[in-house]
Amino acid sequence: MKIIINGKEEAVAENATLEEIVASRGLNPGGIIVELNYALVKRESWPDTILRENDRVEILRFVGGG
Amino acid sequence: MADALKIGGRDLTSRLFLGTGKFSANRLIPEVVKASGAQVVTVALRRVDTDYQEENIAAYVPAGCILMPNTSGARTAEEAVRIARLARAAGCGDWVKIEVIRDNRYLLPDNYETIKATEILAAEGFVVLPYMSPDLSVAKRLAEAGAAAVMPLGSPIGSNRGLRTRELIRILIEEIPLPIIVDAGIGRPSEAAEAMEMGAAAVLVNTAIATAGDPVAMGRAFGLAVEAGRAAYLAGMPGTVDYARASSPLTGFLRD
Repeated sequence: MKIIINGKEEAVAENATLEEIVASRGLNPGGIIVELNYALVKRESWPDTILRENDRVEILRFVGGG
Repeated sequence: MADALKIGGRDLTSRLFLGTGKFSANRLIPEVVKASGAQVVTVALRRVDTDYQEENIAAYVPAGCILMPNTSGARTAEEAVRIARLARAAGCGDWVKIEVIRDNRYLLPDNYETIKATEILAAEGFVVLPYMSPDLSVAKRLAEAGAAAVMPLGSPIGSNRGLRTRELIRILIEEIPLPIIVDAGIGRPSEAAEAMEMGAAAVLVNTAIATAGDPVAMGRAFGLAVEAGRAAYLAGMPGTVDYARASSPLTGFLRD
């Protein structure tokens, strides 16, 4: 199925979870913020959050800024 | 606490706010915080680039500092509100620097969208510090909208051009019953000191420290300048005159 990750359309496995999406990108979950369809999903809910076709995922982090 | 800056229920002893962009290495940040004495530290929120692993900047901000996420990248009030809510939900606390910019050349803020975002976020209990182009009626609107402080720019972001908006900032300091924090453009410690001498409540500095030859030493220099400027303001700055007024007595015994 197709979902949108950080603005780009990507093909992922059916019933993929947020946890799997983050892990598949080799990201350290510690410093990451994940938003699903414009709502924040807390770290502890990633394994239980199953993605659906056309979901919009934003993977964000805090960076330096003034 | 003597001469504390009160914002959002907090008593700040340091009047230097520090931005964390442009440092050559994140490990410098805690050292600069220590050397400068800064207690409020800004960060930004960005999409992860999976091709380039970055570190979480928040891990470099010492415990005890107030983390102030900015809404940079927002071009509308709605986008700024979204970033602020995300940052708070992610555990960043209630403070937010509103930054809404649609102009890519000078990065001058959109005051209208900034007022709208301030109104929404203040109503949601955020401690809102809006970055703005200095303008009296806008500052009044920001105060009415519930801003905790108003942050006029001295000159364009990262330009190191100093207090080009000096006269307008002076008016805000005089007329607005909120802390006025000069944000953006301060390029040297003497300019930070000047802002403080004028009665600014604080200054926010990033580029001038982060891109200095020795950022830690420059952080210390800014910390000292802000303290000196504040002390001078509290001491009462004397006025100027056009001609000399002797400091030593001229009445003398050398001539009749």
